[in-house]
Amino acid sequence: MQEAKSLKNYRKECRDSLGNDYLRKALDAFAVAYRKSRANAFAEFDVEELIGDVVAMKDDALQQLDALYDQFKEKAEGAGVTVHYAKDAAEANAIISRIAKETDCKKVIKSKSMTAEETLLNHVLEDDGLEVTESDLGEWIIQLRHEGPSHMVMPAIHLSRYQVQDLFSDVTGTRQTDDIEKLVKVARRELRQKFAEADMGISGANFAVAETGTIGIVTNEGNARLVTTLPRVHVALMGIDKLVPTIGDALRILKVLTRNATAQAITSYVTWVTGANECETSPGRKKDIHFVFLDNGRREMAADPLFSQVFRCVRCGACANVCPVYRLVGGHTMGHIYIGAIGLILSYFYHGPDSARNLVQNCINCEACKDICAGGIDLPRLIKAVHARIQDEEGHPIPSLLLGMIMKNRKLFHTLLRTAKWAQKPVAGDDGFMRHLPMIFFKDHDFKALPTVAEKPFRDLWPKLKPAIKNPRYRVGLFSGCVQDFVYPEQMVAAVELFADHDVEMSFPMKQSCCGLPLQMMAEMKTSRDVALQNLRAFEKENVDYIVTLCASCASHLKHNYPELLKDDLKLKDKVAAFTSKVIDMSSFVHDVLQVRAEDFQGDGKKVTFHAPCHLCRGLGVHDAPRNLMKTAGMDYQEAAEAEVCCGFGGTYSAKFPELSRQLLEKKLDNVEATGADILFTDCPGCVMQLRGGMKKRGSTIEVKHTVEGLAERRKKK
Amino acid sequence: MTKSVEILESKQSDLDRFVEKARAAAAVVTDVGTFQEAVSYTLNLCGSRGACRLKVSGCEEPLSPNAEDLCETKQGKIIAAPHLSSDQFELLESQCVENGFGCISSGMRSQLAGVDIGFTYGDIGIAETGTLVLNCPGEELRLATMVCEYHVCLLAKSKIVKDAFAAEEQMRQFMNKGPNYTAFITGPSRTADIERVLTIGVHGPLELHILLVEE
Repeated sequence: MQEAKSLKNYRKECRDSLGNDYLRKALDAFAVAYRKSRANAFAEFDVEELIGDVVAMKDDALQQLDALYDQFKEKAEGAGVTVHYAKDAAEANAIISRIAKETDCKKVIKSKSMTAEETLLNHVLEDDGLEVTESDLGEWIIQLRHEGPSHMVMPAIHLSRYQVQDLFSDVTGTRQTDDIEKLVKVARRELRQKFAEADMGISGANFAVAETGTIGIVTNEGNARLVTTLPRVHVALMGIDKLVPTIGDALRILKVLTRNATAQAITSYVTWVTGANECETSPGRKKDIHFVFLDNGRREMAADPLFSQVFRCVRCGACANVCPVYRLVGGHTMGHIYIGAIGLILSYFYHGPDSARNLVQNCINCEACKDICAGGIDLPRLIKAVHARIQDEEGHPIPSLLLGMIMKNRKLFHTLLRTAKWAQKPVAGDDGFMRHLPMIFFKDHDFKALPTVAEKPFRDLWPKLKPAIKNPRYRVGLFSGCVQDFVYPEQMVAAVELFADHDVEMSFPMKQSCCGLPLQMMAEMKTSRDVALQNLRAFEKENVDYIVTLCASCASHLKHNYPELLKDDLKLKDKVAAFTSKVIDMSSFVHDVLQVRAEDFQGDGKKVTFHAPCHLCRGLGVHDAPRNLMKTAGMDYQEAAEAEVCCGFGGTYSAKFPELSRQLLEKKLDNVEATGADILFTDCPGCVMQLRGGMKKRGSTIEVKHTVEGLAERRKKK
Repeated sequence: MTKSVEILESKQSDLDRFVEKARAAAAVVTDVGTFQEAVSYTLNLCGSRGACRLKVSGCEEPLSPNAEDLCETKQGKIIAAPHLSSDQFELLESQCVENGFGCISSGMRSQLAGVDIGFTYGDIGIAETGTLVLNCPGEELRLATMVCEYHVCLLAKSKIVKDAFAAEEQMRQFMNKGPNYTAFITGPSRTADIERVLTIGVHGPLELHILLVEE
């Protein structure tokens, strides 16, 4: 459980987690294996269609939540179950505590419930003098260790067999082996006796089916079947978000849930409990069953137009499985009680701003979670929105405010960038990198060389550069973004040369500014909106077919976030739509629109590889275009392992969490080096900055370039 | 192609798919044809392997005194077969007696240390995932399928359906009858909670044997 009081302490926790070699190795192996096995699990289905079904059903269920609850309660109570409603964690715990007293229970056996973790139920019951035993193997292990889960589905993924061996040796009072199969059997036999003795069973629920008053529980171990069968009292604790209208709706979730969670077509057991079942040891042979529904912030979320989509979460845990930051630091650092991307959001609503304040800053915005979410939730956007809420409630940090003030004023911002050229003089090398950094400001940033600001920004080169095109095939507006304008203008120059060859007429509106994504990353939403409006205005008068950008992050931000940022002003709706529909990334433009051919290039057979920027492959869904272009231009393309995993840049993220950024970069560079390529291409100047700086620091001979440079250099000279 | 042939062919492919998917989930699937053959299979399984003793089920690993006490209540080999028709139970019981095995149809709560085999019928087979659906409102049946070392489940081929949605209406009927307990069972009990290593038989059966019968 992450409980750091300040960002500084939180960063220290992150560093400590990085030092845990076992954790790093385990999560690395898991991340790679998961991607492959998930793809297999969905092989015969249309994943998007399955997720779309869940989204439509859950959104519909939310609209009729009260009616579903009433229907469930009527059905369940008609079949002999008592249904309770708790507005918060304390109330839920009190209800369960009271049931235990009234039914004179002494020993509790539990199956896995994240909701019970959320309310910290065990503490309350133990304070009441009850003996509580978790029966899910992972949960039992972490209970014995007095810690919280580090993954929603695999709570003990952070522990090695040797740690379990020690633990089980303590429990049995005899030295155990480190053989996993044997350790599992020890747990089987130790826990069997706990099942036999328990008078109360507590479970969670994955579904609450309104039409029949049934709960559904998904497990692999089968412990939930024993928990709901042997003890004379059964209590199920679940969030109100578990309500679904019909059995078919529960089955629709099930189909995605297990495939997304553990890449299984289905778990070993799915248990459907309806009404007061037969129980030999209960009075009247009817089990005493209580279903407790929990609000605890869920209704507040449901009422919010942006956050209501969180209700679609089915708790599969996949957002952690693919999160590059989770993979580095694990769930105890990347979560409070709920883990991973969804955990960052839920923590705020369920456990308050203190639990979320630092966590939400640790999102690198790579969109891997959004891409995999079983509920189609826009997780990165919501994480940012939580960050913004906390800043609005508690005040914005000074650097963030300053950045906002500067960026709002394009002229001031650009003047500062120009003066940076003079400020860097004493430390600028002649190779385009800073020779050394004033380390007092950049203590943890020495893992990559940082670039110098260019002698002349692209906007100053443009008037002389602008080619005259006689019979233009297309008219294009160039959006440079700050990095290409002021740091890597040569990438823009390469694009201009390539486009001119294909009769593309270009314009470069001088009033364009930063796309605003860095502001969004700092949760400066208001300024982010101001900047968006400036850019919209800058391109308004341009009569162009496309707005081309060489920066995947800019492209994705312009295309997907502008409509959201500017949606309050209805007058702008058509203008925003016209603008965003024209935005296209360089590779897609050259590949899909210009449709360049092999005869346009003189190939040199250089061995090259590609890093797919997050906002290109996931943000824009572009996968093949850049790879095909390299082949078309006559290069020997080699795919790198994990080519679509984040390089660790993340804009301002790398400045905030340099030690994590560094680890992501090292892994990326290792994978690139393993291809044996001479050149690494990518479609984003931010990634170029990160990757080139890292290669330089390694002393590697691999060149890092923007894809457009590779294409421009191999043009057949006309 | 006539409609009945089409139905026959899709039934055939559901059956094949069920077998393939159940095996992929580590179930042992055998087409035995008749109840009598199923009984022979089960007695052979019980006799030749004696579940808990020969598997790596951890009997040699030391336990805490309480857990050890429970384990020691298990004596002799037992087949638990609740909810059979009286004819079928008599047939099974008589053959168990011949072989020196216990055969019970109730009293599962005094067998929590484990029985060797739970012998049951499945109500539906779901082809898409190789899943057995057991309508088991009675606790004897539930316990027989959970505290056994091996679960032997007979399934009539005619009860195999394409996917879970094809079982939805029948599930609704089970659940609308009042208190109900329905189980989806796919392969043996498993966990990957230690180092993500797949391990079979954490709380429930170590093996699931699905015996296909004609009716």
